[in-house]
Amino acid sequence: MLAIENLHATIGDKPILRGVTLDVPTGEVHAIMGPNGSGKSTLSYVLSGREGYEVTEGTATLDGVDLLAMEPEARAAAGLFLAFQYPVELPGVGNAHFLRTALNAVRRTRGEDELDAAQFLKNARAAAKRLAMPDDMLKRNVNVGFSGGEKKRNEILQMAMLNPRLAILDETDSGLDIDALKIVAAGVNAQRGPDFSALVITHYQRLLEYIVPDRVHVLSAGRIIRSGGPELALELEAQGYAGTIAEAA
Amino acid sequence: MSAAVQVGSAQDATAKAFLSRHDGLASRVPDNARRAAATALFRERGLPTLREEAWHYTSMRALAGTVFSEPLLPVGDEGKLAAQLPDLDVPRAVFVDGRFNAKLSSLPDGVTTGAPADGKLARPDRERIVALSEMLAEDGLTFTVPAGVDAGTLMLVSIGTDAHGRPVSFHPRHRIELAAGARLALLEVCVGEGTYLHAPVMEATVAAKAHLTHVRLQREASTAFHLSTLYTDVAEDAAYESFTLVAGARLARAEIHARLSGPRASVTLNGAQLLGGQQHADITTVVAHDAPGCASRQTIKHVVTDRARGVFQGRIEVARIAQKTDGYQMNQALLLSEHAEVDCKPQLEIYADDVKCSHGATIGALDPEQVFYLRARGIPLDQARALLVRAFLSEALDPVAHEAGRELLETAVADWWSARA
Repeated sequence: MLAIENLHATIGDKPILRGVTLDVPTGEVHAIMGPNGSGKSTLSYVLSGREGYEVTEGTATLDGVDLLAMEPEARAAAGLFLAFQYPVELPGVGNAHFLRTALNAVRRTRGEDELDAAQFLKNARAAAKRLAMPDDMLKRNVNVGFSGGEKKRNEILQMAMLNPRLAILDETDSGLDIDALKIVAAGVNAQRGPDFSALVITHYQRLLEYIVPDRVHVLSAGRIIRSGGPELALELEAQGYAGTIAEAA
Repeated sequence: MSAAVQVGSAQDATAKAFLSRHDGLASRVPDNARRAAATALFRERGLPTLREEAWHYTSMRALAGTVFSEPLLPVGDEGKLAAQLPDLDVPRAVFVDGRFNAKLSSLPDGVTTGAPADGKLARPDRERIVALSEMLAEDGLTFTVPAGVDAGTLMLVSIGTDAHGRPVSFHPRHRIELAAGARLALLEVCVGEGTYLHAPVMEATVAAKAHLTHVRLQREASTAFHLSTLYTDVAEDAAYESFTLVAGARLARAEIHARLSGPRASVTLNGAQLLGGQQHADITTVVAHDAPGCASRQTIKHVVTDRARGVFQGRIEVARIAQKTDGYQMNQALLLSEHAEVDCKPQLEIYADDVKCSHGATIGALDPEQVFYLRARGIPLDQARALLVRAFLSEALDPVAHEAGRELLETAVADWWSARA
């Protein structure tokens, strides 16, 4: 599903990704772990099309389609979803209106019928309820005055509504208490199935107890230096990154 | 002619043409005392110049040199005119090139037409444009709502036409009078085609416990000039609430003088200016707190692109007697291009000691993080920008409680955006 080949990217003149190669087959969840500054967030932004990054080499495809040539909105319509590490506040934009606008934009691009307000609201309320979100979160402005946990749940709500082929979860566990973490993990697990893949970016093993990955990769200095099964996360938790990085060097 | 109009500028030619137009008019309809006085004032002072503090940011240069004729032709083609009317099923008074048009109108009881011979609130001695308008005023609307009556909604429409083959100007004088406890929602819409100057003067008196909602949509032709002056006097426990949306005209000024004359009166003067091309638009407000316990609220938003320029001048005057005044003024600008400009001048003059008055101003561009967040959710760039522009306006627009009025404004905002895209 997601195929990244020798991906190099810079911010300004500074190289951040130095040859990332990664395959996430359909139906699988992969975790990317690594120390601060290793390029984890850059990878998620380059894949989703944020401005300010220059891809200097390599490719990234989703279902064989060149992601890097597409505008961010086209990537979303193609089935890519980025759950932001820091969800953006949108004062003056109602959450339900935002969700419906996004959903219908994506449906339009995919050639599907747009949802009317009533249909949409029914679906959104049901999805919000599954994430233990109070009803009024749909009425409030997007992420404005939301707690850290509410923001992350709101990301998962958007994911559930947009029903992507591939979700990138960028440190979705940061700032979450254990209860919120479980709710968020359950939201991701509910999405799992043969047509859904995820790239879970995290510092810590804790999230991976609840979203058990098929593969774990270690990103360091812009390269994947080690890959393994879920047990690799436990090993890293116990021993830290230093040993792994030294071995790879 | 012994006009002591300042010499040496193209502005003089325009001012002189106005004066000779008046002389022609006076030969048909002799001056009453008020018009004679206004004419003397205009003859002496002419059009505003940048040297005048109140006009420091807005130059008359764009219209200087233009001779604005009287719109003499009766304007035909009712069908074409009717197509410019907002699609709203409410009573309406329609003025075409400043003249009342009975065929297009459906008036409620209590409305009369014609320029009022007297003045209640207007100050031609202070405002030069008002002196000009009183000198040339030929028509207008007067609506008196009796005590305790809820008059519902009235739409006041001005249509400027290009039927004359040369620039024309019209200077209607309107008057709204709400007796004690009366209510009215006035939806004022200005549209048109061609080059013209629309310079209306409105006086709105709101008696004790009365409530006037005033939704104003200025969508004049892109080659037109719009210079409006509104005076309102708000009595004890009464309220005047307006929203002014400015999207049209190449040069526009909406000047508002609001006086809170009775205890616990309130005014809301919200507004937004959506400007592109080489447009210049100015909202100037003067709020006079002349009684204790009154509140004034002003939230003005500018969305400016290309080489357009927006101006907001807001003065709040708090008299010694006006203790417990609550005044709020906020001016915010969203600049969508490098050459867009906004000038903002807040002025507070406070002579009472127990008051709460605040003002603020912000200026910025669209936040790229917000744009990316929306696009990452599948919303195309243009739609994302439109959504954020609408969000920027929401603080001013959302409080418009009159549903049809807000609908009118929402449509105008959406139209403005799609015309730009």
